[in-house]
Amino acid sequence: MHLIPCPYCGQRPQDEFHYRGDATVKRPAPDAGEQAFYDYVYTRENPRGWHDEWWHHYAGCRQWIKVRRNTLTHAVAASAGPADALPEATP
Amino acid sequence: MLARPEPIADRYSAWRLLTESLSSNRGWKPAWRKPEPKPAYDVIIVGGGGHGLATAHYLASVHGITNVAVVEKGPIGLGNAGRNTTIVRSNYGLPSNTRFYEWSLKLWEGLEQDLNYNVMMSQRGVLNLFHSDSQRDATARRGNSMRLQGVDAELLDREQVRAMAPFIAIDNPMFPIFGGLLQRRGGTARHDAVVWGFARAADRRGVDIIEHCEVTGIRREGGRVIGVETTRGFIGAKKVGVAVAGNTSRLATMAGLKLPVESHLLQAFVSEAIKPMIDSVVTFGAGHFYISQSDKGGLVFGGDLDGYNSYSQRGNLPLVEHLMGAAVSMIPSMSRLRVLRQWAGIMDMTMDSSPFICKTPIDGLYFNGGWCYGGFKATPGSGWCFAHTIANDAPHAFNADLTIERFRDGRMIDERGAGPNPWAQ
Repeated sequence: MHLIPCPYCGQRPQDEFHYRGDATVKRPAPDAGEQAFYDYVYTRENPRGWHDEWWHHYAGCRQWIKVRRNTLTHAVAASAGPADALPEATP
Repeated sequence: MLARPEPIADRYSAWRLLTESLSSNRGWKPAWRKPEPKPAYDVIIVGGGGHGLATAHYLASVHGITNVAVVEKGPIGLGNAGRNTTIVRSNYGLPSNTRFYEWSLKLWEGLEQDLNYNVMMSQRGVLNLFHSDSQRDATARRGNSMRLQGVDAELLDREQVRAMAPFIAIDNPMFPIFGGLLQRRGGTARHDAVVWGFARAADRRGVDIIEHCEVTGIRREGGRVIGVETTRGFIGAKKVGVAVAGNTSRLATMAGLKLPVESHLLQAFVSEAIKPMIDSVVTFGAGHFYISQSDKGGLVFGGDLDGYNSYSQRGNLPLVEHLMGAAVSMIPSMSRLRVLRQWAGIMDMTMDSSPFICKTPIDGLYFNGGWCYGGFKATPGSGWCFAHTIANDAPHAFNADLTIERFRDGRMIDERGAGPNPWAQ
């Protein structure tokens, strides 16, 4: 069981959350072109290691939050509100 | 279509068994050698799972390309080839999938003769249950699509399901069973034997299977592949085929490519051994759950993804609880059964839940991955199509639609229609 540190509710079990994938992809400008939109919708870094991702605390505060989680060890390093930035990098 | 290759030397047979037993079994040889890597090969296959070894086998037996190495970071067959639930079927609705998986099923049907190896292929039938009128209509549509393409499919009503699978809670008040779609030619095979059989057949035709040799880089020169960097040094190659589903993104990164893939966990479970109870493969339509019984007696079952990116190869408890709930909803008698083992594999989940077997923008580099849930049943078809693609530098009609470009071109093969959300496929 992952324990997700919600910035609003504190440490909560994973099954209070829904997952919504990579939080590093950003919607490109409308005129950014086909390649930019293709990358936005489909391609992913899919790292083996630290991964910044969206979780929705649907059974808690109902906020979307950003979580930095390790995809190999399942360790969680940081979390942040939807408009806040995660720390620069985790070693 | 199936060119009948020369039989391999060192055949297994009843006669061989008898003569070996009379000579203290001293004549058996290891099923594959442990060769040192040569400086260069015509083709290197990265990944010694079922798909990689099948590719090597078909390169050698169908295309006559025997200067081939399969490089594997650990021992062969211990990734997803050893972690699946051994189900074989071709009950898809979209023609691009059906064409490919039906060819794979046809190869399964002749695999033991082709490999001279008992892979315990058992066509015990795959039954998909449905639980409402609308689900019946959707299932019937898929069955009709299969039949239009020459694949066997039978729509069973509730009483036929009851007769076939009396252990199911047919009259479950919450998820009543309206009927099922049966593919009689589907079934199970022994996953380890498939790996060993392909390894032996490829080895006997001269393919080098190099274990404990991890690829750390893909060396290129002028837009062309010239070999792979490994933990055992550089190995040159005219062509490199990558068959490492679960880790395809990492190999793609080595080649400077980015794929529409995320890696996710899929769990599987085996119960304690019981007397024969389930003689087919049954899938629950009201939740993601499927079950069969192994020849040793254990019930083998699995369900949904854990639902978040992971390379950890270990499953998590919320999904275990969810899955056991689905299990006892469908088969209440399972509630008193103990689970013996549980494990997880890493799935390459693509953005439309279909795989790719294709060329890449780099000359001489080919990718085989994105298998989502469907890797095991695809093993021979995947190897056959990948070998064809590598040998001819062009796909076969069976895998022509299984490209990576389909996402850019808007030609998704989205069997489930879940959108570009790999965790929801």
